[in-house]
Amino acid sequence: MIDFIARRLVSIVPVLAVVAIFVFLMLRLTPGDPAAVIAGDNATSDQIADIRAKLGLDLPIWQQFAIWAGDMLRGNFGESFFFKKTVAELIAQRIEPTLSLAICTLILAVVVAVPLGVIAAYRHGSWVDRLVMGFSVLGFSVPVFVIGYCLIYVFAIDLGWLPVQGYTRIGVDFGSFLEHMVLPSVSLAVVYIALIARITRASVLEVLNEDYIRTARAKGLSNRVVLMRHALRNAAVPILTVIGIGIALLIGGAVVTESVYGLPGLGRLTIEAVLSRDFPTIQAVILLFSVVYVLINLLIDIAYTLFDPRIRY
Amino acid sequence: MFEFRRSAVALIAAAGVAGLFGMPAAEAQTIKAVMHSDVKILDPIWTTAYIQRNFGYMVWDTLFAMDEKFQVKPQMVDKWEVSPDKLTWTFTLRDGLVWSNGQPVTSEDCIASIKRWAAKDSMGQKMMASISGFEAVSPTTFSIKFKEPYGLVLESLGKPSSNVPFMMPKKTADTDPNTQIKVEDVIGSGPFIFKADEWKPGEKLVFLKNTKYKPRAEPASGLAGGKVAKVDRVEWIAMPDVQTQIGALQNGEIDMIEAPGIDLLPILAKDKNIKLFDANPLGNQYAFRFNTLFKPFDNPKIRHAVMVAFGQEDFLKATIGDPKYYKVCKAPFVCGTPLGSDEGMADVLNQNAAKAKELLKEAGYDGTPVVLMQSTDLAVLTNLAPVAKAQMEAAGFKVEMQSMDWQTLVGRRAKKDPPDKGGWSAFLTSWVSADIINPVMAGFFNASCDKAMFGWPCDAEIEKLRDAFSKETDPVKQKEIAMALQKRWVEAPTHINVGQWYQPVALRTNIDGMLVAPVPVFWNMTKK
Repeated sequence: MIDFIARRLVSIVPVLAVVAIFVFLMLRLTPGDPAAVIAGDNATSDQIADIRAKLGLDLPIWQQFAIWAGDMLRGNFGESFFFKKTVAELIAQRIEPTLSLAICTLILAVVVAVPLGVIAAYRHGSWVDRLVMGFSVLGFSVPVFVIGYCLIYVFAIDLGWLPVQGYTRIGVDFGSFLEHMVLPSVSLAVVYIALIARITRASVLEVLNEDYIRTARAKGLSNRVVLMRHALRNAAVPILTVIGIGIALLIGGAVVTESVYGLPGLGRLTIEAVLSRDFPTIQAVILLFSVVYVLINLLIDIAYTLFDPRIRY
Repeated sequence: MFEFRRSAVALIAAAGVAGLFGMPAAEAQTIKAVMHSDVKILDPIWTTAYIQRNFGYMVWDTLFAMDEKFQVKPQMVDKWEVSPDKLTWTFTLRDGLVWSNGQPVTSEDCIASIKRWAAKDSMGQKMMASISGFEAVSPTTFSIKFKEPYGLVLESLGKPSSNVPFMMPKKTADTDPNTQIKVEDVIGSGPFIFKADEWKPGEKLVFLKNTKYKPRAEPASGLAGGKVAKVDRVEWIAMPDVQTQIGALQNGEIDMIEAPGIDLLPILAKDKNIKLFDANPLGNQYAFRFNTLFKPFDNPKIRHAVMVAFGQEDFLKATIGDPKYYKVCKAPFVCGTPLGSDEGMADVLNQNAAKAKELLKEAGYDGTPVVLMQSTDLAVLTNLAPVAKAQMEAAGFKVEMQSMDWQTLVGRRAKKDPPDKGGWSAFLTSWVSADIINPVMAGFFNASCDKAMFGWPCDAEIEKLRDAFSKETDPVKQKEIAMALQKRWVEAPTHINVGQWYQPVALRTNIDGMLVAPVPVFWNMTKK
């Protein structure tokens, strides 16, 4: 197992190298000039050229890459072109809302979707099953921002129960933190619930037709025990897989959700950086997302062994 | 008793938390505003972006300022005099001006600030070309010596919009103009203090009332007069989504939206807790900018034909829609200003496609396609390019419209490549009217070839008239020069103004005292 983890951790290095080269080149080849953005509307060509030189953007691309890669290897993510702050500082400021949103969404999604999927499988073909599958299709089909606006209208503006936007840091006021997390988490969880519920239903349904389930029932075990101990545990591997894959969905969804609810997280930082062509920030955030994605999937792989003793690395 | 004890404990705990996290004690005295953009840069000289200008007005002060009648009034300056030969201007600062760190504002600070501003600003550069030197006569008196009489001294020092000549401490102002000042150097003598430790980019930016600020005795008017901060704290909340902004204002989570989406104004107008306030009656002006380096717009006659082909109403209807928020106005120096006039423009901007066709033929237009850049992500600009395309095609132009996001357009417009090799022929943008009320201030009139803004027009006659305007000290003669320049501009346009539009500010009804000014300012504002 330790060998496996070590190998997987080492494999992050080439993944990051590819992502780094790809992101760096994409940004340089995409139209847009940060110096022109910084200089503003009244700037002359000379002023833009001066700013470009200050930012090192007048250097050949290979040289820019070498400088950036060298800094990265030394753990220096560089300084944002716009904010007079290091990218590491910016990420540190923005990571809490995104992490909170991701964790709340994940908890909500698993808590709601797994039971829904199990019930749908157990009541296969009934109205409950059709309702869950109908919700699942709806969850896939409706964009996150539409769900967000509808929830804001009903629960914030019309009923006045929850705030429209904003974020309170967890250490400042936990109650307010929860208030601000409810609507964004629900909005983002809808698509995730749809995905997990569907896979859970399919996996449990498949397991329920296995011989050992029939044996368990023949032994006189209750439905609850059959479902929870025998069916769900054996159906866990595909569910865990989809949760891992869904992290990418979560990252993409966070970008939209954070914009709709005004959460100052990494998703918003990414959008702002892309719109203003803040190269150092975009590069660092995308690399960070890549690391998170790879690590989460590593954790999922490790979790397989807990649910299925046959899996050994 | 139990209830009392519990309340007392809660009160003490709340006070402790407030103290620990620096929360404001009196929430009622905080104005929460969503501005048109998040503040990323803190240096209003390094960049000309309007959000940095707005930030500048909170923190720093100016020597002179423009009131709501477009008159330049003293602000930090107490008195000033001009030598009989009009070559030496001497300024004395008001008593008691201090930086937020407690240090006094000195002549040296002002001289360094003027130099840094003039290195970046086009109006400043023009003035600097006529300046022979500065002298700090005393800690509070300094003089500017000119090589020749200069007519726009006060107008330059009281320039209302980007770049604004904000006065900064010498240490800050000595920063290279092409390098952004440091966060810790944001020390001003303006009505508010920037709270650097509470600045969370992408979340909020906080200002506190500057208790050391000494406002003028006169009532506030435009950007001039007494800048009395009547609230303790102003928070600029970063909220990019326009729909969310509206919801937050309706819910009372914020007090103000600087630039609510034009198409959402009817929703706000119906809400009894919200008022729409036209803080900037001069509004904004749409402009069509030519790239004069390449065909077809290297030919002034072809540029003039575009001016004949265009009609403003279609542009305004397509983008703003409601006539309450737009105005057809031919005057390039903006309707309602001292130089605002449509003199010499009877035959242009009438959407006369037939006449434009004739002019094109006379000018020898050879069918070279116009590469028209369209910005698609800013609602107030998106529909301009399709209207321009339609009106130009009706006149016989071949137009290739290329869509892109605004930042791509901003990057591309700085390129001098030919239009068919990644360059461009034209694009549309919008100016805050306060930026364009005279031909020296208005950047698009700069026709000094390589030194001009993107589009790089080269017109010796326009430049001669801009020079004459800047050196003329008599306002009547200045207007004559401006009209002569306007006539020449109609013959050889550097750009075309395609209408004025207005952006009301949305406020909760408990907010009062917002000033009519070209820049949204927070002094004089109260919250009930």
